[in-house]
Amino acid sequence: MNTQTANNTHEVAQETIRITGSEAIIRCLLAEGVDILYGYPGGAIMPVYDELYKFRNEIHHVLTRHEQGAAHAAQGYARISGRVGVAIATSGPGATNLITGIADAQIDSTPIVCITGQVASHLLGSDAFQETDIVGISTPVTKWNHQITKSEDIPSIIAKAFYIARSGRPGPVLIDITKDAQFGELDFKYEKCTGIRSYIPIPKTNPEAVLAAAELINNAKKPLIVWGQGVILGKAENELKAIVEKTGIPAAWTILGASALPTSHPLNVGMVGMHGNYAPNKLTNECDVLIAIGMRFDDRVTGNLSTYAKQAKIVHFDIDPSEIDKNVKTDVAVIGNSKDSLAKLLPLLNENNHAAWLQEFHDLYHIEFEKVIKHDLSPTKEGLTMGEVIKQINTETNGHAAIVSDVGQHQMIACRYAQFTTTKSNITSGGLGTMGFALPAAIGAKMAAPDREVVAIIGDGGFQMNIQELGTIFQQKAAVKVVVLNNEFLGMVRQWQQLFFDKRYASTEMTNPDFIAIAKGYYMNAKRVTKREELAGAIKEMIASKEAYFLEVCVEKEDNVFPMIPSGASVSDIRLE
Amino acid sequence: MDQDIKTFTISIYTENNIGLLNRVSAIFQRRHINIESLTTSQSEIDGVNRFVIVVNITEAQAKKIVGQFEKQVEVIKAYYHTDEQTIFTESCMFKIKSALLFEEPQIQNIIKESNTRIVTVNKEFFVLEKSGRRNEIESLRRDLNVFGIMQFVRSGRIAVTKDEMKISEMLVAFNNQ
Ligand SMILES: Cc1ncc(C[n+]2csc(CCOP(=O)(O)OP(=O)(O)O)c2C)c(N)n1
Repeated sequence: MNTQTANNTHEVAQETIRITGSEAIIRCLLAEGVDILYGYPGGAIMPVYDELYKFRNEIHHVLTRHEQGAAHAAQGYARISGRVGVAIATSGPGATNLITGIADAQIDSTPIVCITGQVASHLLGSDAFQETDIVGISTPVTKWNHQITKSEDIPSIIAKAFYIARSGRPGPVLIDITKDAQFGELDFKYEKCTGIRSYIPIPKTNPEAVLAAAELINNAKKPLIVWGQGVILGKAENELKAIVEKTGIPAAWTILGASALPTSHPLNVGMVGMHGNYAPNKLTNECDVLIAIGMRFDDRVTGNLSTYAKQAKIVHFDIDPSEIDKNVKTDVAVIGNSKDSLAKLLPLLNENNHAAWLQEFHDLYHIEFEKVIKHDLSPTKEGLTMGEVIKQINTETNGHAAIVSDVGQHQMIACRYAQFTTTKSNITSGGLGTMGFALPAAIGAKMAAPDREVVAIIGDGGFQMNIQELGTIFQQKAAVKVVVLNNEFLGMVRQWQQLFFDKRYASTEMTNPDFIAIAKGYYMNAKRVTKREELAGAIKEMIASKEAYFLEVCVEKEDNVFPMIPSGASVSDIRLE
Repeated sequence: MDQDIKTFTISIYTENNIGLLNRVSAIFQRRHINIESLTTSQSEIDGVNRFVIVVNITEAQAKKIVGQFEKQVEVIKAYYHTDEQTIFTESCMFKIKSALLFEEPQIQNIIKESNTRIVTVNKEFFVLEKSGRRNEIESLRRDLNVFGIMQFVRSGRIAVTKDEMKISEMLVAFNNQ
């Protein structure tokens, strides 16, 4: 049953109990179904930690080794499960350490709720110890944020936080709670939020727009689907598959859309964007109708906008009206939840097959295979490639692993070559490109889905950005498989220096520590591979391990990732070498 | 046409929340859009605030930033309008030495002809108030400046639109859902 207060609707709760604000916070989390949260204690959040102690059998608090790790772990939890991830931190530095993860969640539409402690309300604005204006700081990178200074506001604000984080286009919410509000008492009852009058999470779909989209698609000779994470967030994987199979339209994905349709699907023509596949990038500039589903025409996808798909009619499906015409002018915009929109579209589409058009993708794939893929996956040179590592992981996991990648060359290689069979299996920092994301995100992912194989693919640079989270893996016994592809360089930056800065390798060479010794210091099973003969066996051992496992693979130092659309170039000027 | 820079009045209906001003101004700041004026007040609906913001941008930009405002959880609805689509005014105040009223009889004519209101007069100074279009206020300021102005202040634009904005209907629709 729903009732209404001034501006919100919510479910009716039954009993009222008199408790402290900090206990109320825990009870709110339990009412929202939170089983795990990631965080780090400190002065301004201690009352809540005291309650976490009392409720330790009902809610599992994971002590990360840095608040950034907590935020990314909450993201990993959310990305693999579709549930809201929760991170908690103290005021001041605890809160500011969350910001990178919050910004990452904002740009990648990941539902997380961050709770920060704050100095007592009478000290606000006095430059008190560990006081920072976290609401001000987080405003541009949150979907919503709020400071609670009164205990009695806790239940309704936390209810709102979860509702906003998960509904519509998901995103991060930060709730800052003063210490006096944690200590104070309130008459507690929890009512889940079900609506906010100023907020329309899923705008109504215009049936005429769906008709117009169907007509364009039915009449297209060379249609191309490009889907993004909107398909995964909207749980529209089946609808996408049905549409692709009914119409025979080749379908490509953005980095965050990966895994919504199995990699091996005959109509899956690969990744678009800067290091995407040759065919879908090239043919973006030859299709006659471009059907964008739950993607936002990021500049890493479009390259130079003035030469992007100019010949094509654009049909854009999105839940967020502000994405329409933001970067690319559309001919037909279908606003709404991807699942609903695609379900309405499906019956209007004609059965078709675009065999000749699909053949063009195959032909270009063949060129890419000969020039690039073959050398990445089955190298004949001595040094190990990142690609063959991913290939071996595919083999050992049958494509059932969730791949959590960091940022750089290894990320592009992982996304290009991972064989996905299951949705929500590609967890990576797409929009923000946050080095340091993968290790903590993999922990969050593994804990949210303990039955899944979770393999983190990380560069030697990014690994050292949140290396401390090995401590969390150890303490939590999280069976994460960590693969560091060590090229002793900040590889992606080095590649740019090689190609665009005449090989002036300014501060990209890394003198690395003994990673195996470090992993062993955390009592992890660890192995280093330097030769091709050792690779298959090591990966087999890693995947077979029931516990966390650390694998360092020393790869060729100066390999480059191709294809590549140089920044500012057109998608059709994608280079193979 | 979308690309010509014009003056737009942006109206944003919002829930009453202290943090919102920060969100609104950040949206302009990120895009390097200079705010010509910003006024916020109670709207025609109890508990609903209204921002009236004047910016010089292209229509394409106006469309996009209105989209960004609407995306904010506590924004009920946002619109952009051209000068032709709104009735708008600004107001201003002048503080001037009282002696001038008697030494410079011209001032009294200026006050009368420009429909300016005298708010208060005392021994040291008097205060004038006028509302109107920017050019009227500017010309008044120039006229008075000749004699010396102790203080001058002008408000941001306030505006109502010729079209209906249907906020009440939207809120009723929410209440009935
Ligand atoms: C926090 C952060 N700082 C800097 C960058 C810029 N950057 C992008 S890729 C990259 C190099 C990554 O090196 P490494 O982790 O070793 O991975 P590789 O590219 O060698 O696979 C850098 C520095 C970034 N994306 N994130």
